[in-house]
Amino acid sequence: MAAEKRAYFPVGWLPYALVAPQLAITLVFFMWPASQAIWQSLLIQDAFGLNVEFVGLLNFRELFADPYYINSFKVTAIFSVTMTVAALGVALVLAACCDYLIRGVQVYQTLLIWPYAVAPVVAAVLWSFIFNPTLGILTYALHTWFGVTWNHMLNGNQALTLIIIAAGWKQISYNFLFFLAGMQAIPKSLIEAAAIDGAGPFRRFMTVVLPLISPTTFFLLVVNIVYAFFDTFGVIDATTQGGPGQATQVLVYKVFKDGFMGGDLGGSAAQSVVLMVIVMGLTVVQFRYIERKVKY
Amino acid sequence: MSEVSIRNVFKSFGAVKVIQGISMDVANGEFVVLVGPSGCGKSTLLRMVAGLESITSGEIAIGGRVVNNVEPKDRDIAMVFQNYALYPHKSVYENMAYGLRIRGLPKAEIETLVQRAAATLELTELLKRSPRELSGGQRQRVAMGRAIVRQPAVFLFDEPLSNLDAKLRVQMRAELQALHRRLETTTLYVTHDQVEAMTLAERMLVMNQGRTEQIGAPLEVYTRPATTFVAGFIGSPPMNLIPGRIDAGGGALVTAGGETVRLPLAVPALGGREVLLGVRPEHLETCDPAAALLTPDINFVELLGSDSLVYGYLGADKRGVRLAARLHATSTRAHDGALPLRFEPENLHVFDPATGRRIEV
Amino acid sequence: MIENRPGLKFFCHAMVLLAVLTVAFPVWIAFVASTHTAARMIEVPLPLWPGTELLENYRTVLVEGVAGASTAPVARMMFNSLVMALSVALGKIIISLLSAFAIVYFRFPLRMLFFWMIFITLMLPVEVRIFPTYKVMSDLHMINTYAGLTLPLIASATATFLFRQFFLTIPDEMMEAARMDGASALRFFWDVVVPLSRTNMAALFVILFIYGWNQYLWPLLITTDESMYTAVIGIKRMIPGGDASVDWNLVMAAAMLAMLPPALVVIVMQKWFVKGLVEQEK
Repeated sequence: MAAEKRAYFPVGWLPYALVAPQLAITLVFFMWPASQAIWQSLLIQDAFGLNVEFVGLLNFRELFADPYYINSFKVTAIFSVTMTVAALGVALVLAACCDYLIRGVQVYQTLLIWPYAVAPVVAAVLWSFIFNPTLGILTYALHTWFGVTWNHMLNGNQALTLIIIAAGWKQISYNFLFFLAGMQAIPKSLIEAAAIDGAGPFRRFMTVVLPLISPTTFFLLVVNIVYAFFDTFGVIDATTQGGPGQATQVLVYKVFKDGFMGGDLGGSAAQSVVLMVIVMGLTVVQFRYIERKVKY
Repeated sequence: MSEVSIRNVFKSFGAVKVIQGISMDVANGEFVVLVGPSGCGKSTLLRMVAGLESITSGEIAIGGRVVNNVEPKDRDIAMVFQNYALYPHKSVYENMAYGLRIRGLPKAEIETLVQRAAATLELTELLKRSPRELSGGQRQRVAMGRAIVRQPAVFLFDEPLSNLDAKLRVQMRAELQALHRRLETTTLYVTHDQVEAMTLAERMLVMNQGRTEQIGAPLEVYTRPATTFVAGFIGSPPMNLIPGRIDAGGGALVTAGGETVRLPLAVPALGGREVLLGVRPEHLETCDPAAALLTPDINFVELLGSDSLVYGYLGADKRGVRLAARLHATSTRAHDGALPLRFEPENLHVFDPATGRRIEV
Repeated sequence: MIENRPGLKFFCHAMVLLAVLTVAFPVWIAFVASTHTAARMIEVPLPLWPGTELLENYRTVLVEGVAGASTAPVARMMFNSLVMALSVALGKIIISLLSAFAIVYFRFPLRMLFFWMIFITLMLPVEVRIFPTYKVMSDLHMINTYAGLTLPLIASATATFLFRQFFLTIPDEMMEAARMDGASALRFFWDVVVPLSRTNMAALFVILFIYGWNQYLWPLLITTDESMYTAVIGIKRMIPGGDASVDWNLVMAAAMLAMLPPALVVIVMQKWFVKGLVEQEK
């Protein structure tokens, strides 16, 4: 971040005016609410806000003693990791196939990237329609052909599977684009050198392509986990709403539910603070990676 | 009137002193070249004249007006940058017209001025093109066009030819000279290329580490370098500098290794003094051993066609002082090993080894 | 390619085609559903091929909305989405351009503080500050307004960094030449920086338009009046808890409509979109 211009315009009021809109929004809608969340996480108040008491870290202690909250952590972890691995894996194979083909890549790319444009909620509505316990096409197919009864309203594992599919489906296109761009940025001469050394297509992929796109893979790993953590609120809200039981109660959904429906402001604020710490961690990881990349 | 005067100017970036007290008066219509190795502060000095860098102390005046706190646009100057800095999204015409337009000139007048400048630089055909579609030489010309269209009091050039290939550079050099003859505008020109400096300058300012080494006309700088730095910087290969002590009679120099260089004229006033004796490679010529002033041991010859560069050492076994000589191609063939050389008295230079300054003989 | 392996090529084509079909499958099913009558949509198994009600269904949702669900006509919701997507995209681009310009081209006191304040917004997504932000919005009387819907979303560290990164690649001499030409900072911004940033703006626009169109949690909090619902919220609201009374043909028609604009933007502006996305890695 050290890059600087050699010369500058003379400073007057102008630079302040230029950053003012961004700063005003940042202060009013980001800094102030975030500091409020931190402050509230140290308080206990009743639902009407009549009785407020400073309790220090009590909310946090209660939070981590709460088996539901611990469960929510577990659900989030399983969900994020499975979704990320699945979405990355599928995208990697597709990108490798497209990279190997020369003709048709542009067409395939167009046919594969549009799901990025679909809102997570809409994706969730589509998939929950397909897996609708009474009407769904796939529910019907699973029952008729495999004898499997699908009901994500009752079966926790099926509910988790559904949200992984619904959230992962649209992420494939994003990952695919990055992988393909990464692979196509590898100089042709390198691949040809490996071929002359006697490496076949599969071998080349494993020993040349995969190591060379590892920065992209790492970047996508972080982005996908952030997506799984924060952008899947709509997916859950439109499909399982955290249920059945606590089976799909991921962290962001629990904050919302506990605050809006449970009325536990202090507890919900404490959950917000925990989430903030997680985002900060992920952001730091991401930026350290960028710094490292810039250096080499 | 558009003389530029630089009076005892200093510039520091934090603790780093980039310019350490430079003074120079540039006369109206004069072409002055600032030359020196990279990092010597010549570009910074030029940018201070332009108003792109602040002046830490001292004074710069243009046309008799002190401009230390005057915005670049109000200094009545124009600048040509090394990378041309053409606006990539504007046509050649727009690039040249932009400054005039900002000044609020009427459209018709802008048209006239741009057309006239374009005709001067043979750019008329290119006015509608975008910079992307131009060759390096053409871009350079557009950058000059942008400068002359405003008819400024002073032109500033910052290494304008260094992005061009060698052949184009020679051609542009000639065009720059022709342009200056026609416009007679005061010009400050920065380069690290001594050939450019020698061919373009009416006077040059040789800089090193933020200080003035010498100010003078090119030939004067070449024939009477004021310091060992100038002696080494101007001329290629650089001047041979031989350290040693003048003998008591003032007729020869004796090096630390015990080798002797006879002097073409006696300098009794310097008898017994430690000096640096300088002689340019192109001023050395072969001669009979009896007439030799110095006899280096030659171990390497570069044949350039028209002439040859021979390298060797004063003293045997590749110890002692390294020497170079530029000789007629035919005169070297016979010589390998000891080569007797002489030079004319007017080509003898003597410098003080402590200060590096020239000693008149 | 280097060697000719028809088998491998065939395999690759097959894999990619399979993926194309799988990816398209849910949308196909939605499309099919949107062309049948409500009555057909409660018979198991559901149809796999389009029916005859396409025009009627789309007309119904666009103009009348879905009966029974408390939502406005989809046309209204799409208008709201459009306002939101455009305001968010343009707003982010404008304020990020301005602040990146200030940070790169001026050296003023507090510059680094401002830089870090903008940076920190990266770490504060809506999800971690839901209630206090909602409180601010209601104190400012911004619930159920377009301003409330868009204003808090237009702060953008990502866009600011992207522009900053780009500005740093513009040669310094460009600004110096402009100063010689007599251009003020604002004039330089308008005449040189903005035109040079066009490609970056286009790329960002695609990404941000989609971002704005697809927002869910924020409009969910800010809109309680059905006339302010965005398309994405509306579709969710069309599916009440129990699934007995859902008119799936109409819901799917609405879903198709909600997907259309962002998908079109991606496909039509594919070049910018790909550039804009891949740039984020840098």
